[in-house]
Amino acid sequence: MATAVQTAERQTYLNNGYSLKSWLLTKDHKRIAILYLISITGMFFVGGFFAMLIRLELLTPAGDLVSSDTYNKLFSMHGIAMVFFFLIPSVPAVLGNFVIPLMVGAKDLAFPRINLLSWYLYMFGALFALVSMISGGVDTGWTFYTPFSTTYSNTHVVGTALGVFIAGFSSIFTGLNFIVTIHRMRAPGLTWTRLPLFCWSNYAASIIMVLGTPVIAITILLVALERLLHIGVFNPALGGDPLLFQHLFWFYSHPAVYIMILPGMGVISEVVTCFSRKRVFGYEFVALASIAIAVLGFLVWAHHMFVAGISVYAALVFSLLSYLVAIPSAVKVFNWTATLFKGSIRYDTPMLYAFGFIGLFTIGGLTGVFLASLGVDVHVTDTYFVVAHFHYVMVGGMVLAYLAGLHFWWPKMTGKLYPEGWAKLSALLVFVGFNLTFFPQFILGYMGMPRRYHAYPPEFQVLNVLSTAGASVLAVGYVLPMIYFMWSLRYGEDAGPNPWNAVGLEWMTPSPPPTHNFDETPVVTWEAYDYEHPPQEVLVGH
Amino acid sequence: MAAQVDGLYFFLVAVSAFFTLLIFLTVFIFAVKYRQEAHPNPEHIEGSLPLELTWTLIPLGICMIFFAWGALIYFQEARPPRGSMEVYAVAKQWMWKFEHESGQREINALHIPVGRDIKMIMSSQDVIHSFYVPAFRIKADVLPGRYTSTWFHPTKTGTYHLFCAEYCGTQHSGMIGEVVVMTPAAYQSWLASGGATPTMAANGKELFTQLGCATCHRADTQGRGPTLAGVFGKPVQLEDGRTVMADENYIRESILNPQAKIVAGFKPIMPTFQGQVTEESLGALVSYVKSLSQPQQKAEGGAPQPIAANESN
Amino acid sequence: MDQQRETSTFGMWLFLLTEIMFFGGLFCAYLVYRATYYQAFVEGSQAMNIWLGATNTAVLICSSLTMALGVRCAQTDNRKLMVVLLIATMLFGLAFLGIKAIEYHEHWTNHQFPGPNFSFPQAEAAGVNPQNVQIYFSLYWAMTGLHALHMVIGVGLVLWITIAAARGMYSADYYAPVENVGLYWHFVDLVWIYLFPLLYLISKKHGG
Repeated sequence: MATAVQTAERQTYLNNGYSLKSWLLTKDHKRIAILYLISITGMFFVGGFFAMLIRLELLTPAGDLVSSDTYNKLFSMHGIAMVFFFLIPSVPAVLGNFVIPLMVGAKDLAFPRINLLSWYLYMFGALFALVSMISGGVDTGWTFYTPFSTTYSNTHVVGTALGVFIAGFSSIFTGLNFIVTIHRMRAPGLTWTRLPLFCWSNYAASIIMVLGTPVIAITILLVALERLLHIGVFNPALGGDPLLFQHLFWFYSHPAVYIMILPGMGVISEVVTCFSRKRVFGYEFVALASIAIAVLGFLVWAHHMFVAGISVYAALVFSLLSYLVAIPSAVKVFNWTATLFKGSIRYDTPMLYAFGFIGLFTIGGLTGVFLASLGVDVHVTDTYFVVAHFHYVMVGGMVLAYLAGLHFWWPKMTGKLYPEGWAKLSALLVFVGFNLTFFPQFILGYMGMPRRYHAYPPEFQVLNVLSTAGASVLAVGYVLPMIYFMWSLRYGEDAGPNPWNAVGLEWMTPSPPPTHNFDETPVVTWEAYDYEHPPQEVLVGH
Repeated sequence: MAAQVDGLYFFLVAVSAFFTLLIFLTVFIFAVKYRQEAHPNPEHIEGSLPLELTWTLIPLGICMIFFAWGALIYFQEARPPRGSMEVYAVAKQWMWKFEHESGQREINALHIPVGRDIKMIMSSQDVIHSFYVPAFRIKADVLPGRYTSTWFHPTKTGTYHLFCAEYCGTQHSGMIGEVVVMTPAAYQSWLASGGATPTMAANGKELFTQLGCATCHRADTQGRGPTLAGVFGKPVQLEDGRTVMADENYIRESILNPQAKIVAGFKPIMPTFQGQVTEESLGALVSYVKSLSQPQQKAEGGAPQPIAANESN
Repeated sequence: MDQQRETSTFGMWLFLLTEIMFFGGLFCAYLVYRATYYQAFVEGSQAMNIWLGATNTAVLICSSLTMALGVRCAQTDNRKLMVVLLIATMLFGLAFLGIKAIEYHEHWTNHQFPGPNFSFPQAEAAGVNPQNVQIYFSLYWAMTGLHALHMVIGVGLVLWITIAAARGMYSADYYAPVENVGLYWHFVDLVWIYLFPLLYLISKKHGG
């Protein structure tokens, strides 16, 4: 393996200024991606800390570790930190920010200053949320249902709501930036049908970010106003309608889960093609499936409300549509599997995470089909079945995809390779730990254990203990990458521009890239994932 | 009903297990068979339209089966049979208060006879709760400000968990009760054991007079308000041209927010009773108005109700 | 430069799309409650000053005219007229805010602000529940308040480009900021065009 000689003179985005100011006032999408990486990792461990306390409490049926109020705050803050401050920004703001301009052959995103603003808004929102958490917490659940959140809760609802509100604008601006960049800043020759699927996925997710986030922004603002001024928009005691809150809330929060998973799916497309050394099977179908998920995702929100008091006819419509949105996801899974057929498969760490993703997302998605079924949903909604379902798609799916992407693009971002042995071990620990944590929860839910329960009847204990055991394994699997990634920065082998021999514009520039990305604007003459006739420059560095 | 839910559930499990195993095995086999060492030259396959169509349409078809089956169950769950025994439930932080039409009240326990259709008519005093009996496979949110309902038909005697399934604050996980399903004989003796209590309808009648309702809502048609005999369960023409069904929620709203729906031909002069009636009183009044639509009302026989109290939103 | 202009304008259109969704949530709540409590909404609407509202509508329409003409001036390198028109736009905007302030003051002193001090004595005579009228007012204050906030931001943006224009920063080759601020301004104007009939002109005849 050739090691590119890194002379002190080669300018990269990392050594282009070392001052704090050069980082905090940067307009470079790559530096902003690193800033996001640090912040969302921090919020991930905040959310993880709360998760740890939850699982410890649930070892025993009695509520004996923390008080009920504290427990309620724990699951609320776990959800808020993870959903709004980790899952939604993770792949787009870290990997998307870093890679998309490179993938389209541009110098930067369309609006670099808005990109920086986006990060500051995220930090500002996170600050509000963290301050609320530290000064007493919030106990409404991440779903803020009224009238509990507007009238009955005695915790820092307004502070947290404002944090989420501000962070929402971070998401909107990121999405806006991506859409304009992908439309307008593609290199010559890079037609839509030559775009890497990572771009298609982020584009679809960005549509959702842009259209959906404002709705939760206004909804959460109304909750804050209602709490402060005692107006009665959602409070039945004052003539308001608590179901209106639910409709408005879920109108965003359901598409939000597609904001989370679509970019992750984009990562999987990149990884599966690279480590099978062939083009993705059915490229157009995978691309269109992303758009279909984005569009259909807006039409299914009330499947969170089947027992909430909506009319039977509304429920029927939303159930039907929910099945429709499952189909494009299934199509993608089939296409990735077919991509493996007659490929030449390598077992590098990103690929192991991709395998894990395909399996776990399948289970998560299929259990979504359970929930779309009205008769079954009545029994299992608001139980641990739902908790298991969404952790399968969000952790087994999304987090695994994020880790896959991190491991895939780490050499590009840092110019360093991580220790492969430790990385594979972590992937295994994550996979095993994850399944042990969450599979028992499907059974718990079917048996009837409701969610958000501090104490539970003793017959549920065995499964809860299994779940907590799994969580401890999972935690190790999460901490190890922190350690070896940090280690790699100092002691890792130099990566070279294309350690994976992948096809894609981002691999045709040095690792780490210079601030301006490409010395000359590339001209694209090849199809996406053209492993059959890879462009000559790809072979550099290996 | 529970058996039907289980039937669909395990069918879903079977189909899911099949597809999961299919994907897992396929991925595993491909990953091993085509690993780099064994298969160094990949074959560049673009795609296959027939395959794409197949694996789009077959899952779609299977999903439609799931949909139809689930919808059928849901439809039945939304239509309590005529002659169901009605029990009123008021949820509050953090307990369940039940009242049988025959007047018995219980807290956190619900005694019912086996083999009967039981319809719950529920409302909350504060936040949203949810009435969940896993053994019966039913669940329905309990809302402040309006009635929601669910029904079930217990087939085995025994004691079953009742959980609150919508997060409602500090003691959410403590809002647990039990549903005690008894033989008809045991149920009768349980009813009798509490001592004679006035039926809900009787309570309602008393309130009706006490609160002055009888002044305007007279038995004849001379009152300033519409007569309530025979109103429940039938459509009502409103002043603004709409027609609504006079169900439990209509009665409730008419008491708490009378200006929302004015009956055609009447003036909007009814005062609101919000703040003057508790959830229990409302239940009694609703029960009384219902009884005015029965040829002979018996406290416990249960009034036939033509519509589900689950109104739309 | 053309590509940059098109790009930034595309970005502004996208942003306006998010603004539509942002206001959309309030419009949705409005539609639901108007349908449920129509008579109460009629009574609330009666408390609005139609003349001030209509004047404000005319003011905003004029401001959009001056704004559009200002953009035209930028395209045709007519700097002096552009600055004049932009200043006129700002003045119209400030006039709108001033009239709004007068209306708000009147509603405030009449206890028509939702909360513990809300009172609407006309409700009883009209046969509506004052609580439902309070919902009307909650939406009135939220929607017009959010709109007014956007107006303030708009005036700020117009001030910024007026100063830049006076300094000669725009020309027929580069006027994207003017165009984009213009788009924003028209959008805020358009929101008011919806708000005015919905809040001020609810007809007494039931229509639902």
